Amino acid sequence: MKTIILRTASNYMLPLLLVFSVFILLRGHYLPGGGFVGGLIASIAFVLHAFANGLGDTRQLIRFHPGFLMPTGLTVSFLSGVSPIIFAGKPLMTGLWYPHHLPIVGNLGSALFFDIGVYLVVLGVTLTIIFTISESV
Amino acid sequence: MLSAILLGFIFSIFLVFAGKYFKGKLAVLSSLVPLVLFLYFLSFIPQVANGEVIRANYEWVPSLGLNLDFALDGLSLLFSLLITGIGFLVFAYTAAYLKGHDYLDRFYGYLGMFMGAMLGLVLSDNLLSMFIFWELTSISSFFLIGFNNTSEASRKSAVLALAITGSGGFLLLAGALLLGGVAGTYSISEMVGLSDSIVQSESYLWIVLLIFGAAFTKSAQFPFHFWLPGAMKAPTPVSTYLHSATMVKAGIYLLLRFTPVLGGEDIWNTTLITVGGITMFYAAVHTLFRTDLKGVLAYSTIAVLGLLVFLIGLGTEYALTAAAVYIIVHALYKATLFLITGIIDHETGTRDVTRLAGLRKVMFPVAIAGFLAALSSAGMPPFVGFIGKDLVYESTLHMGSWAIVLTVLAIATNILVLYAGFVAGIKPFTGKLPESFSKVHLPSFLMWLPPVILAVLGLVVGIFPGLIDGPLVQPVVNAVGIDDSELHLKLWHGFNTVLGLSALTLGVGFLLYFLVKPSKAKEKGVARFDFIAPLTLVNNFGNSFRTFSNWWTRIFQNGFLRNYVSTIILFLVVLVGYSLFSDHDGIPIDFSSFSRMTYYEMIIMGIMFLAILFVVGARSRLTAVVAMGVVGYAICLMFVIYSAPDLAMTQFSIDTLTVILFVLVLSSLPKYLSISDYKMKAIDGVLSVSFGILITLIALEVLGEPVNKEVSNFYADNAYVMAKGKNVVNVILVDFRGVDTLMEISVLTIAAIGVFSLLKLRLRRDDRELKD
Amino acid sequence: MEVLLAIMVGTLYASGIYMILRRSLVKLIIGIILLGNGANLLIFLLGRIAKGSPPIIPGDSKVFLEAYSDPLPQALILTAIVISFGLQSFAIVLVKRAHKVVKTDDLDEMNATDEYS
Repeated sequence: MKTIILRTASNYMLPLLLVFSVFILLRGHYLPGGGFVGGLIASIAFVLHAFANGLGDTRQLIRFHPGFLMPTGLTVSFLSGVSPIIFAGKPLMTGLWYPHHLPIVGNLGSALFFDIGVYLVVLGVTLTIIFTISESV
Repeated sequence: MLSAILLGFIFSIFLVFAGKYFKGKLAVLSSLVPLVLFLYFLSFIPQVANGEVIRANYEWVPSLGLNLDFALDGLSLLFSLLITGIGFLVFAYTAAYLKGHDYLDRFYGYLGMFMGAMLGLVLSDNLLSMFIFWELTSISSFFLIGFNNTSEASRKSAVLALAITGSGGFLLLAGALLLGGVAGTYSISEMVGLSDSIVQSESYLWIVLLIFGAAFTKSAQFPFHFWLPGAMKAPTPVSTYLHSATMVKAGIYLLLRFTPVLGGEDIWNTTLITVGGITMFYAAVHTLFRTDLKGVLAYSTIAVLGLLVFLIGLGTEYALTAAAVYIIVHALYKATLFLITGIIDHETGTRDVTRLAGLRKVMFPVAIAGFLAALSSAGMPPFVGFIGKDLVYESTLHMGSWAIVLTVLAIATNILVLYAGFVAGIKPFTGKLPESFSKVHLPSFLMWLPPVILAVLGLVVGIFPGLIDGPLVQPVVNAVGIDDSELHLKLWHGFNTVLGLSALTLGVGFLLYFLVKPSKAKEKGVARFDFIAPLTLVNNFGNSFRTFSNWWTRIFQNGFLRNYVSTIILFLVVLVGYSLFSDHDGIPIDFSSFSRMTYYEMIIMGIMFLAILFVVGARSRLTAVVAMGVVGYAICLMFVIYSAPDLAMTQFSIDTLTVILFVLVLSSLPKYLSISDYKMKAIDGVLSVSFGILITLIALEVLGEPVNKEVSNFYADNAYVMAKGKNVVNVILVDFRGVDTLMEISVLTIAAIGVFSLLKLRLRRDDRELKD
Repeated sequence: MEVLLAIMVGTLYASGIYMILRRSLVKLIIGIILLGNGANLLIFLLGRIAKGSPPIIPGDSKVFLEAYSDPLPQALILTAIVISFGLQSFAIVLVKRAHKVVKTDDLDEMNATDEYS
């Protein structure tokens, strides 16, 4: 499948899809989207890249093992969950909000960081599974 | 008082962490725990002797009537002192007996746990907490009997003991619940006041039988006695402590405790006299046929337990006083004899009484202790045993028309108990020392001092009965419901019938001891009757039960995944289908509420249906995978049509990834097999289709019912107000149910780690194997 | 339409169970996936379905002004879909592993695990 067309296309597709996935992630609180879908789209982007250029290239592109995304994402989500306890003395998972409005994101709150954690975990899980399986075939 | 009970448990937990420091010389420090408790309980004697009851209440689960209520009256105090006092000596003895044992810390842990549980049992005033402690004693006994866990016999005995005492605990729970229901309270001291209404209630017979079941199993009454000789597989300190002095007396305690509540009725007295009488005579006769010292002592312990039940059954003032005294008497001399047996076993390596002789020459203090204990068990004046036996005869003689039968039974038992005491306490020390034992030496004082202390106590208390009369025996008699007892312990009653009977007992006993020698031949002779022994019957029952369960397991757990699935599905279809159709005539389906069909929906449905058919009928893996992808995309379109954009996006991505995944591994997956024959396929087909129809019907049935949207509406109404989000699905995921999502992504991570380790780590091991 | 969807759910269940009952390992996995899809669709259907009213608060308003489809089953199914991916991949890898170790694809021959320790 390593045709030149696909390879060239995937080189442009990868950043586009990644930007799209982040866009989906950020708008998730207001419109369809969110961390789960965003993470899945991002992983499809990488898998597509791997199909076109081979697994080695994609690995080199990412530089670190995608497995590290899992603990990172879990930590982000967990911290956003406990941050109300630490910063505001409120119960677990209480939403904390930045008072001003931001473009695209809308209101910035702890829920967004939670979603970012979900995004990272989903991306890490999918890539780990697919990379591991395709390596050991 | 709670801390006193908990101390044993705290000590065990402490040993979990600090156990390794307590294996060496420090082990003897453990005995400080029971010593402190012993002194603590001693300090209550003056109060309790004045008739006070010390109470401590802690709420635990008040809604269930389960509270930690403790009460210390005469009966509890006597047992507490036995538990901690003998506990102290046993703890110290163990330090030398099991010196250098690998698991000494574990042993102390079990002992500490047992001590705590036993104290809790005798101090509980709440029936339910009493049950909990009762079970804890059974469990710690299980661990202690099976302490030599490398020996199969010891493991078997432990399981047997747990099975018997554990089922007794179950009976106790049932009895306790029934009793609590009748009395309206679980407090034992309140039940005493309600005695009349309990006795007259309909459940009285059941309550009594259940409590008897508990007491008889724990205190090894016929026909449940057989676990106790087996329990002698435990190290000797355990036999001394649990299976002679304390735990087996828990049943006696239970009966004494409930005498004021349930006693005084015919069924109570007759049953106890009969069972106790049979047990004491049966077990006492058995001692004649044993050659293992511990076997002799085990059966004589059962005989004494039978005697105690018998005395509680008599229920008179004399009898209950006799029981209280006999508990002390027995604890003193039987513990001594067990400890001595332990010393002999430890130093000579045998417990075979036919081989032991002349040991007085090498271990004189032990011989003294044995001699004193044997005389006390024989009931020689001026030992405390004499007082005990006196009271027993007094009480049987006062039983009216049955007096002669009961007295003869008591005398016969006492003669045989005397024989057992002499065999264990005197026989090993008299006669000529065999050549092989000439190098035997006296063990550390930690081992020989405890039996000497106990034996001397037996003598001292006999000479000065006032030492136990006021402080211990009278409060016990008060506690079991007899106020202002006029009966006081005396060594000398003058020349009367009772004295004559005592003399008769001693005379016949001595004669028996000199005429009948324990021998292997007799032991074999009695073994012929093993086939009708309760133990054999229980074992046979156990074996056939095991055969049955093996057969049962082979039928249902046969290792064929398909059989499991089809069994489950079949039952589901039959049961749910039956209840679905038996309730009403048909399924009410309200077609008017359903949305209308459009042609593109029909097309999507048609495609999906075809795709499913392709998946099922495909001959190649690739066809199946592609068709499955089509099914997924069709579902995705359904989500789009029915206003679930988030689901549609997720389903689309996941479906894509699944297909990619399958394509990646397809080459390395096994070939697509079609092994089943047509008959099998037809059966499975019918089963699956009926299951599918069932699900469809259930779905339609549910659609016909009104739906409760309370939760959904709460989320929808508050999505923006409380969580500042407009996509309600996302708000639920990241905000309202955020913790669930956190758990979910953790599960995902675990799945990924599972995949990774299954492929990477195992492969590396295979590589290593290949290299080897 | 609901009737048709209910029948479709039933078909998914039936085909899933049928595939699980086959002796081939790969068919087992396919059966599990079909069953999972059926379960998702069932939950979706039982939450009541409606066209053209996603559970998203429109424009400038702060609460729903019109009817909306139930967000709760959707949230449940969303996580279920993602989890099922984890389950599928794990099952696939497990089958691969089992196939390699036991060297058979016949489930009926895998009924005694002890032999392959």
